[in-house]
Amino acid sequence: MTGLAKEDAKSKRYDRQIRIWGRDGQRRLETARVCLLGADADGAEAMKNLVLGGVASYTIVDGDEVKPWDLADNFLLDKESLGKSKAECVSRLLQEFSEEVSGKFINERPDQLIASEPGFFKDFTLVLVHGRIGHEVLVSLEKTCRSHGVKLIFGRSYGLFGMVRISAEEHDVIESKPENALLDLRVNRPWKELAEYAGKFDMESLDDMTYKHVPFVVLLLKAAELWKQGHQGALPADRQQQREFKQFVRGLQRSKGEGFVDEGDNFKEAVDNAHYLWGGSSIPSELLEYFGSSSCTPTVDSSDFWIVMAAVKAFVDNGDGALPLPGSIPDMTATTDLYLDLKRLYERKADSDVARVEANVKEILVSLALDKNRISTEYIRLFCKNTSHLKVIKYPTIEEERQSITGSKSTYLKSLLLSEDTAENAFVYILMHACDKFEEINTQQPGIFDSELEADKERLKGIVNSIMSEAGLPTIPLSEEYIHEVCRMGSGGIHSVEAVVGGILAQEAIKLITNQFVPLKGTLVYNAIRGTTLNLGM
Amino acid sequence: MLVGPGFEPSEAILPFLREDCRVLVIGAGGLGCELLKDLALLAFGNIEVIDMDTIDVSNLNRQFLFRMKDVGKPKAVVAAERIQERIEGVKVVPHFGRIEDKSPEFYKGFHIIVLGLDSVEARSWINETVCGFLEYDDDGQLDLSTIKPLVDGGTEGFKGHARVILPGITPCFACTMWLFPPQVKFPLCTLAETPRTPVHCIEYAHLIQWPKENEIVEFDVDNVEHLQWCHKNAVKRAEQFGIGGVTFSLVQGVVKNIIPAIASTNAIVAAACATEVLKTVTMCCAGMDNYMMYMGAEGIYTHTVKYEKDAECPVCSSGISLTISESKTLAELIDVVSAHASVKGNISAPSISCGSMNLYMHGPLEEATRPNLQRKVKDLIMTNKATLAINDKKLPRTLRLNLTIA
Repeated sequence: MTGLAKEDAKSKRYDRQIRIWGRDGQRRLETARVCLLGADADGAEAMKNLVLGGVASYTIVDGDEVKPWDLADNFLLDKESLGKSKAECVSRLLQEFSEEVSGKFINERPDQLIASEPGFFKDFTLVLVHGRIGHEVLVSLEKTCRSHGVKLIFGRSYGLFGMVRISAEEHDVIESKPENALLDLRVNRPWKELAEYAGKFDMESLDDMTYKHVPFVVLLLKAAELWKQGHQGALPADRQQQREFKQFVRGLQRSKGEGFVDEGDNFKEAVDNAHYLWGGSSIPSELLEYFGSSSCTPTVDSSDFWIVMAAVKAFVDNGDGALPLPGSIPDMTATTDLYLDLKRLYERKADSDVARVEANVKEILVSLALDKNRISTEYIRLFCKNTSHLKVIKYPTIEEERQSITGSKSTYLKSLLLSEDTAENAFVYILMHACDKFEEINTQQPGIFDSELEADKERLKGIVNSIMSEAGLPTIPLSEEYIHEVCRMGSGGIHSVEAVVGGILAQEAIKLITNQFVPLKGTLVYNAIRGTTLNLGM
Repeated sequence: MLVGPGFEPSEAILPFLREDCRVLVIGAGGLGCELLKDLALLAFGNIEVIDMDTIDVSNLNRQFLFRMKDVGKPKAVVAAERIQERIEGVKVVPHFGRIEDKSPEFYKGFHIIVLGLDSVEARSWINETVCGFLEYDDDGQLDLSTIKPLVDGGTEGFKGHARVILPGITPCFACTMWLFPPQVKFPLCTLAETPRTPVHCIEYAHLIQWPKENEIVEFDVDNVEHLQWCHKNAVKRAEQFGIGGVTFSLVQGVVKNIIPAIASTNAIVAAACATEVLKTVTMCCAGMDNYMMYMGAEGIYTHTVKYEKDAECPVCSSGISLTISESKTLAELIDVVSAHASVKGNISAPSISCGSMNLYMHGPLEEATRPNLQRKVKDLIMTNKATLAINDKKLPRTLRLNLTIA
């Protein structure tokens, strides 16, 4: 296949997802190298979803050989796999999902690999960890990964329950793609050209057809001017005034003789979008926090992200206090020409804002004695388009998370246990930690052997009780039943729960790799009995 | 309680799942592939799958049972083969065809039906079919043995839902029709006179220009030549108005109403559904009550809601209740029923009976029953309380009317 034909085949194959994360996101996936530690069903399912999505390569690390019970819940093993290396078999079957992917396996226990060869992980984009690795070893893996900027996702199922969390020093997102975000239309603080444009409309002299096609943006600007004249130059301040303003807009319509108003769609839209006058153009508090953080003072080691952040901050400080204009407008009732005029007006302003931010970027780079062309105009444009919803996420380390349960700061968990909506899943969270502890002590999960079931329940209960009493946590009414459920399942993985955990692992991996959307911030607890989740943000 | 009512772990469960329990999966697409795998690995041994589609290249990013060499083959057939090859002891019977072409008896033969569909129409059809199985006694009490549980999944991008429908007990699709988002439609005058966006130009070419210039041929969204024609003309129109941004990909998206889809969301939603199937048939733990919304774009957020059944749902309820005055005639009663909120628009030519007594019938009995229209209902049924049956070709099934005359 020629290069072009190959591109075409790819865009057909990945069409349904390119519509979500674009060609840029897809390209990032197609250069991502992912490592999976532990080839049980949760991890294998995660990798299956990622290979389907088009990641460049995978490496499966697992030291076990395939046992008969592995076949019962892992789709990436088959009859021929029995007795062979699990890593090898999963790797072989994964290969079927893509002709392009390059797959590798390492037949070694993950904890041994981490201990013997910590440098092994530094070249991956992402490492997926799926259980069965002792706490100390995980801590050392996390240290290595953080120092090389490799992101980690942990996920594991425990019978009918599952857990997923991310570890990374910092994850920065430009395209967080919020679903219902307000656009920045600037009707509450129009720049000069926009105000002038609106001023040019002489409503009285317009014919009926044009009157009904004046864009709502212009109507709102005009209404705001008139309103201000009657309100000491102020826009609607409270809910009462906002309601009055909407009435006021309705009242501005041309009346056709005795009280008859033939309401135009544009006026309806102006009323429906009046909230743009009192929202949508201010600087979000999250962004102000980023502006105030120490990373926003650039150094030679700063990432492109933070250098542009600093340039945007300078733009805000030295300008009229507004963010760079994103430049998009929604579709609205208007004639083709009026709409396109308005659209170009917004685009021109956005372009000129980008140019000013770019000048700031260059100035910063020069002042740091760095290449002044290091950051592309496209990157700066993308950044400026998304300044209102930038995300900077810092993740606690495994150790910090553990401290937050057992340490004195456990008031958060306490409040979750006391609230009816969250109590059960907060308990499940503790239960999963207890299972890990159980495994550390007994080298296996509780309930593996039927004959030990009752004894294991008592042991697990002991661990749960000691965690809870040390941290002064209240118990919940169904605690015994939950302990029973987790022991009853023992090691018998329930595929549909593992598939949920694997799906979530893959989804979060995609967000981290594409640098789009907002990844999970805390720890996610999945409860398949209730069909619910809880997000714990320590 | 974490387990379902009366559940005891038992050795009999596994053979039941393996041998006796019959599950139907409707749809062998993104959700269907995952569902088949999940159910097979949960030890369901008797699975059937129905799908009318063939495999397309754009399925391969998530429909993991299919390979490049399978493109063009029936989804149901290939999916069934792959599952049986990989998992021992599972029988998957494929049906390559439309759900509407199977008899009600076909659907009655399953213990539970799982839906991996992408259209409201198909969901409504199967909903009406299984709700048609429901039998109520004269007091409006449901015969529990007539319940055919449905488990439904759906996804769009990073969002999805899983729900459990126990017809007659929890809300059916018709009870919660509002959950389906309305389709975006543009006013024709915008398309014809004031196009502003690339989408307007595409819809103009698709909806206005095509029927005008190709009178005999119906537009086929799966025909590449038709799409190319639409693309070419949309580009022309966009240029004429100075609008940019018409691409072939956008044309496909708009005209075919493409719903973006990824492997991970399908995996999550299908697995949540499969868990509910297992719970529903074994009672191994309490079922989800009854709708889970999943949102994965901004962090991960799920919301599990207990939606309420519409007591007067024309599809699943024991019927609607009405009180009329003694003076009302049968014709007036029919007017009142036709205007009733829960059936509005679904009644045009109703036949109405009370037990074995035909009050007013369309068809051969019309003439004989016509005089009843002007008689008082009270005089016809000779009692103050009765359950009437209303049939109409537009109604999904017989509508029960619990009538009180006051």
